Amino acid sequence: MNYVLLAEQFLNGIQLGLLLFLLSAGLTLVFGIMDLVNLAHGSLYMIGAFFAATFTALTGSFLIGVLLALPATLVVGIVVEIVVLRTLYARNHLDHVLATFGLILFFNELVRVVWGPAGMSIPLPAALDVSVSLLFGITYPIYRIVIILVSLAVAVGLYFLISRTRIGMLIRAGASNRTMAGALGVNIPRLFTLIFGLGAALAGLAGMMIAPVTQASIGMGEQILIFAFVVIVIGGIGSIRGALVGALLIGIIDTMGRSFLDVLLLVVISPAAAETAGPALSSMMIYILMALVLAIRPQGLFPPRGRQ
Amino acid sequence: MTQTSKSQRPQNLWARLRDSRTSVSLLLLAIAAATPLAAPALGQSFYVDVIARIMIWAIAATSLNLILGYGGMVSFGHAVYLGIGAYAMGIMATEGITNGFIQWPLALLLCGFFALIFGAISLRTKGVYFIMITLAFGQMLFFLGISVERYGSDDGLLIFTRSEFDLGFAELDLSNGTTLYYVIWASLIGCIYLSHRIVNSRFGMVLRGAMSNETRMQAIGVPTYRYRLAAFVIAGMMAGLAGLLSANFERFISPDMMNWPRSGELIVMIVLGGMGTLFGPVLGSVAFLMLSELLSTWTEKWHLIFGPFLILVVLFARGGLAGMLERLNPRSDP
Amino acid sequence: MFKTALLAASALALLSSPALAESIKIGFVTTLTTGGSVIGEDMRRSVELALINMNLKMGDLDVEVIYGDDEFNPQKGRQVTERLVKQQDVDIVAGYIWSNVLLASANVVLDADKILISSNAGPSQLAGKGCNPNFFNVSWQNDQTPMAMGEVLNQKGVENLYVIAPNYAAGKNMVAGVERTFKGNIVGKDMTAWPDQLDWAAELSKVKAANPDGVFIFYPARHGPAFIKQYQQAGLFGQIPLYSVFTLDSISLPRFQEAKMEGVLGTIMTQFWAPDLDNEQNNRFVADYRAKYGTYPAFYGAQAYDTMFLIKSAVEQLGTKIHDVDAFRAAIAKADFPSVRGDFAFGNNQFPIQNFYSREVVADADGNWTTSIRDLVLEKNQDPYAAECAM
Repeated sequence: MNYVLLAEQFLNGIQLGLLLFLLSAGLTLVFGIMDLVNLAHGSLYMIGAFFAATFTALTGSFLIGVLLALPATLVVGIVVEIVVLRTLYARNHLDHVLATFGLILFFNELVRVVWGPAGMSIPLPAALDVSVSLLFGITYPIYRIVIILVSLAVAVGLYFLISRTRIGMLIRAGASNRTMAGALGVNIPRLFTLIFGLGAALAGLAGMMIAPVTQASIGMGEQILIFAFVVIVIGGIGSIRGALVGALLIGIIDTMGRSFLDVLLLVVISPAAAETAGPALSSMMIYILMALVLAIRPQGLFPPRGRQ
Repeated sequence: MTQTSKSQRPQNLWARLRDSRTSVSLLLLAIAAATPLAAPALGQSFYVDVIARIMIWAIAATSLNLILGYGGMVSFGHAVYLGIGAYAMGIMATEGITNGFIQWPLALLLCGFFALIFGAISLRTKGVYFIMITLAFGQMLFFLGISVERYGSDDGLLIFTRSEFDLGFAELDLSNGTTLYYVIWASLIGCIYLSHRIVNSRFGMVLRGAMSNETRMQAIGVPTYRYRLAAFVIAGMMAGLAGLLSANFERFISPDMMNWPRSGELIVMIVLGGMGTLFGPVLGSVAFLMLSELLSTWTEKWHLIFGPFLILVVLFARGGLAGMLERLNPRSDP
Repeated sequence: MFKTALLAASALALLSSPALAESIKIGFVTTLTTGGSVIGEDMRRSVELALINMNLKMGDLDVEVIYGDDEFNPQKGRQVTERLVKQQDVDIVAGYIWSNVLLASANVVLDADKILISSNAGPSQLAGKGCNPNFFNVSWQNDQTPMAMGEVLNQKGVENLYVIAPNYAAGKNMVAGVERTFKGNIVGKDMTAWPDQLDWAAELSKVKAANPDGVFIFYPARHGPAFIKQYQQAGLFGQIPLYSVFTLDSISLPRFQEAKMEGVLGTIMTQFWAPDLDNEQNNRFVADYRAKYGTYPAFYGAQAYDTMFLIKSAVEQLGTKIHDVDAFRAAIAKADFPSVRGDFAFGNNQFPIQNFYSREVVADADGNWTTSIRDLVLEKNQDPYAAECAM
């Protein structure tokens, strides 16, 4: 076993997991507190990426690009909430799925009309565009380390926001009992808009962080969205802690599957069969994991208290 | 949405015909029946294929409606049973088994088997967890389909021989387009009739009861889990029939027919048409497929219109097309 | 709505039933929506350019091109093909980027006894046992380009090769192609999820650990730029040479230039064509394309341009008798047209027999990044499946 490779793959898994956490944190809050299934969460991830690409191109600086794109995505999120989603809260999940499915179609086509079909790349400062040597002979892309650090900072910030501030208190109150919080004088509609905006900004941030790696492209939100849903379902809907654990679990398992599954399969089956089964199994892995978790714990790993 | 289905007690024929949902739907089915005769005369044989495809989707939508509309089970992976049905036939055809009397029962049993396994696990969960776990099962088979090179992987599988139903003295020749068309038509009628019977049986009452209040049903001693599982299996097999028909009609199967957006489209059809109504899925698939056909002919940017349209349907057209048609009815009911 | 559509359609049918051809209708199926539409756009631009250059005439006939959008989806592709064949009643169907869309749609056209020309997709099924007199291909068979790459790798003295490609049919063909001719060891092979996977962190770490003499990749459309960017970020440019097929083209290179990724300059790939392939037809095509759209055309466009001139050459031989399918087929099979690749001839399976070159990413005189022909690798190459074709 090559320990350098193992360590590097572990880092890759953490990086993917933390990025998924950025995306899932907003999704699980919106879901847990407003009871809204938002398939269009991935569209906000895409919009964030395109905003960052545009602003980076205009200002010539990725940092300024991100700082401008964050409030822009926040605004888009708030507009979507006020125009479309607000009317949906009283409806059932099925209506949510449908209306937000419509939003996906709309946003994908809108992005194609506005930014063209080719997608956009975000140039990084040369210093970030290379790899750096860490301990024990591990070399790792600097920019991926940046992603890890930024996501960790956001996770810590989110923890303080929710556990130590007044807004966080309201969010927790809304999460455990919406009606009661409303009766006690919390402005529920404003709280919802705020939470949705926060979730949108987090999703946008995830898109902005990954865009220099994968480019901003149409439809980038859908595939990652399914990952994010798997994360929050495994973690338990409405639980930020669950989202963090679920995201890291998915990130590491997916990466490890892609790295070592074919080698492991060779022990059991013939090379020809392993060549077919390896990629198939590693694509299916996260779904198998989700099915397993739900079969054993139908409410996910960390079902929030006070909800059934 | 449950109210609309409650008004649908077995009534006498005349009363049913006065219901505009029923009459419009029967009119559509009659048009469908006449199309192979009329369209070529008008030089529009293209529409025969369009309508055949719509009917196949209508069967799949009807099957989903059985569990979603009447049972409240939002399966986001229902397209997978279309895929299983189609691939079962495609794989048998590739391996040289073209006898329909072997192909069809085997394919349907296979769909039932998968629905039993997937349903048994999924139905332990509720709400959004159910949506996600059905999605997960769908994606697993989608990726399996992409990976198996022998059966075309991502390129899809071409079927060279349609199912053969030869009794020696009589033969049902599916390679004849018109015959196949009427087989599809009859299957659709059969599936609608079957779901009508199921919904209005004791079984259907339990299913609907479990949707509106599961705890109450369990309290009066009904094992709702088993009823739901049975409905799930029936719906899976009915979708498998749609898959079989599709494989025979298109002579081409691709894993994409199991991908999650296809399951999403099935849900859209049902909601558009009016879920929990007998003819809603038919109305919905006609509207969905005709609308996407017309819009995409008109502009490439049709998603820009179709997306907001979906949202408007959800926001303002409660009960879907069936609900709208119902509002046209003379208000003579109690 | 349903009935009005039917009525409108039947009214249309009464209006259009010509006995003698005054125009030729060409159905052109490509991807005009979704992320795949970058390629479709390149093809459509080239078709438009071809139409302008022939003054919208083929012989004495007016040309009408009806575009069909496959939405990157085989079922949709099949439906749009049906509409072109059965409703619009086109005289000939062309286009098709994706193998799966082509395979899904082919029998619609062939069953109607019309001619089908693939402008890009070249799946082995239609080149070998499934070859068809009415099917022509104006691009290449999937295995050929990577086979040329295998030769290039041998010439460069690469002994240990790492292979990364998407896990779908074309990806597998590309890997199989390079394995046919490459004589060294394949030390690692990753088939990644398609089209979802856009992050290759895990695979690139494995490449680093394996430390091969070269990496071979196939990532078309939006995947190419993403892969190459990560190759740079992983610090592999300059360490391990990257060899690619269908990954770097005139669609993606301007993006690399915007992103200032000098690492791709000097990258070697193989192809049947490049913008600087020197012949009269190609020089005109590339110059016109650049004048009109401001960028270099990609090979997709070049194939679409050839498709239109191929049809034109056949129509000129036939005059107004384009409804005679046998004559039409024979006229197309002659391939008597000016091709952007110089000489052009069909093999027995009606796929081109053509040269494959190695080409390199360079900056042109104005500093724009493009690809330039280096060496002839395979001369007059016929695909390996042609032998299985009974025609």
